[in-house]
Amino acid sequence: MTTFLGLPTAPAGVGHLSSGRPFPDAARAALADTQLRGNLGHATSTIRTKRARAVAELPDWARLRAAGAAIKDDVLANLDRYLVQLEEQVTARGGTVHWARDAAEANSIVTRLVKATGARAVVKVKSMATQEIGLNEALESAGIAAWETDLAELIVQLGNDEPSHILVPAIHRNRTEIRDIFVREMASAGRPAPDGLTDDPAALAEAARLHLREKFLSARVAISGANFAVAETGTLAVVESEGNGRMCLTLPRTLITVMGIEKLVPTWRDLEVFLQLLPRSSTAERMNPYTSMWTGVTPGDGPGEFHLVLLDNGRTATLADPEGRSALRCIRCSACLNVCPVYERTGGHAYGSVYPGPIGAVLSPQLTGVEANKSLPYASSLCGACYDVCPVAIDIPTMLVHLRERVVDAGRSRVLPAPERVAMAAAAWTMARPSRWRRVLRLGRWARPMARWRILPPPVSTWAAARDVPVPPKQTFRDWWKERR
Amino acid sequence: MKIALFTTCLVDGLFPDVGKATVTLLERLGHQVEVPLDQTCCGQMHLNTGYTREARPMVRGFAEAFTGYDAIVAPSGSCVGSVRHQHPAVARRMRDSALARQVDAVSGRVYELSEFLIDVLGVEDVGARYPHRVTYHPTCHSLRLLRVEDKPLRLLRAVRGLDLVELPDAEQCCGFGGTFALKNADVSTAMLADKMTSILTTDAEVVTAGDSSCLMHIGGGLSRLRSGVRPVHLAEILAAT
Repeated sequence: MTTFLGLPTAPAGVGHLSSGRPFPDAARAALADTQLRGNLGHATSTIRTKRARAVAELPDWARLRAAGAAIKDDVLANLDRYLVQLEEQVTARGGTVHWARDAAEANSIVTRLVKATGARAVVKVKSMATQEIGLNEALESAGIAAWETDLAELIVQLGNDEPSHILVPAIHRNRTEIRDIFVREMASAGRPAPDGLTDDPAALAEAARLHLREKFLSARVAISGANFAVAETGTLAVVESEGNGRMCLTLPRTLITVMGIEKLVPTWRDLEVFLQLLPRSSTAERMNPYTSMWTGVTPGDGPGEFHLVLLDNGRTATLADPEGRSALRCIRCSACLNVCPVYERTGGHAYGSVYPGPIGAVLSPQLTGVEANKSLPYASSLCGACYDVCPVAIDIPTMLVHLRERVVDAGRSRVLPAPERVAMAAAAWTMARPSRWRRVLRLGRWARPMARWRILPPPVSTWAAARDVPVPPKQTFRDWWKERR
Repeated sequence: MKIALFTTCLVDGLFPDVGKATVTLLERLGHQVEVPLDQTCCGQMHLNTGYTREARPMVRGFAEAFTGYDAIVAPSGSCVGSVRHQHPAVARRMRDSALARQVDAVSGRVYELSEFLIDVLGVEDVGARYPHRVTYHPTCHSLRLLRVEDKPLRLLRAVRGLDLVELPDAEQCCGFGGTFALKNADVSTAMLADKMTSILTTDAEVVTAGDSSCLMHIGGGLSRLRSGVRPVHLAEILAAT
């Protein structure tokens, strides 16, 4: 047996996972944007209803969900074995596998691979992993243009914007805003928007098709993410709605896929479970229009060169926390975003990470370490709607509470405790003895005039900014009970 | 059956009428209720804000105060949710196996009021009379943590004179969320605004729920609007004759 003199530390995630701005501040700004709230409220309530209908069609949904969770838990428990198996299979079928500790390493690997082809531009399939690592910016600084080909990602890219939703990155935009972006920006990126473009959805889609078609036909390199990788055969899978992914995955000579190490499934039989869970949860479809799968390279069919970049970027660190690791089951369906009352009102940008909403509030702080994302675990009322819809049964509310504990514990080493910690300690001291609690309760009577005249210390004043404060009763319940007895 | 009332700290200190109503109701149904005076707070606020270490004495104190009862009834879905779902895990992490056993035994006997009435006592009609137009807000923890489903509604439908109106988007969170209401006050208030709009469209005189905490938030907003809609706990309606 080997004795380790200090265990190796898993690298923390870097990239677009934290903005540094506390969630309550960012949320306040977002709440003031009535256009944003209108766009989001409409979009999330529509997709929420559709999802519920699509899920209700399957009598075995609860069992599918349990199977999805169990398969992912097996993957996480045996990740070392499955990853090596995947590498062997991909390599045996003509692909090349690269391992990246973090965003910086992944970006430099991809940049090197693109440069080796001599290409100055790449087309991209919508991918959360490449958004997470900030690949487009890295390529741009190396003089390589990265063109997004998913319609919503194109809108975000042309608008110099950030994605605000996992599945629908431009959910914060309405069609008039999209028209304006196309008219203003398309020309500088390639084929300009047609003259007299209206905000009719069909016209907008046609403008995007014409613009993108040129990119597809001229691209020599494509970059994708992956929804799944099947370890037993080394097969990668991308599911999508628009067909842009199929174009990117089949036309260019070189294909580079960046994939988080948790995206594995052991076998094709396991994949079948997720191909039912994912579309119904994300787009509320029985099946997504395009499912592309590829295994290494096939001479004369599709890209002749295939690279797979396996990305850690905080995932191993997340795996180390037994109470947080099930966040890695996530298949990025975004059902939790669509039902979240907080997300619905603030939108995705307030979370400061490419992973917004409930899953982002548990995933981002784990990938970066809680110190870099202290406010996100608190960005929830713990209503539990997210857990109910999660297709892989991630208990997000319990995990949020666990991460709050990690945030509090990380602050315990501070010499000067935060006021909140002092207040919590005082409340706990009071509650530890019934006699103390009785005495404090009686003090409530003296607070009656304060509540009436609104002389309110913080945090009661924060409460009272929008809500009246209850006036404490003359007699507490326990005093009534004692008197009655 | 030896029944204890788990008053909850909020009801004890701020809403004693809810505790009195629970006692009145259970006594009217022919049961004797005891109030263990060693109870303080279940520690939910501490646990849900991340102060697990501070909450440990409360978890222990709760188990000690309520050991020996056949049923422990509380007029709160979220406090019962905390005892049932959080206390066993906290106790296990304290590495005190005797305490863990005690907590398991106690937390398995804790019931939210509507659960106790329907599942344990088997009554739907509690003999109440409440001639008002009422709408019911299902609080998140009773709905999604305890799964009380339509039990509160079944109890309300059996109340004489009560005109029950359906609340639009009833299952949307009201925005209280414990310390969330303070830490993310703006989002909490935005959620409250939508909940109040839903309540006002029903033309109800009274909004009811199974949690005094959510009602404090909703009622505080409604009274700020001078809307005239009163927050009344489910126990108070069921105790009325």
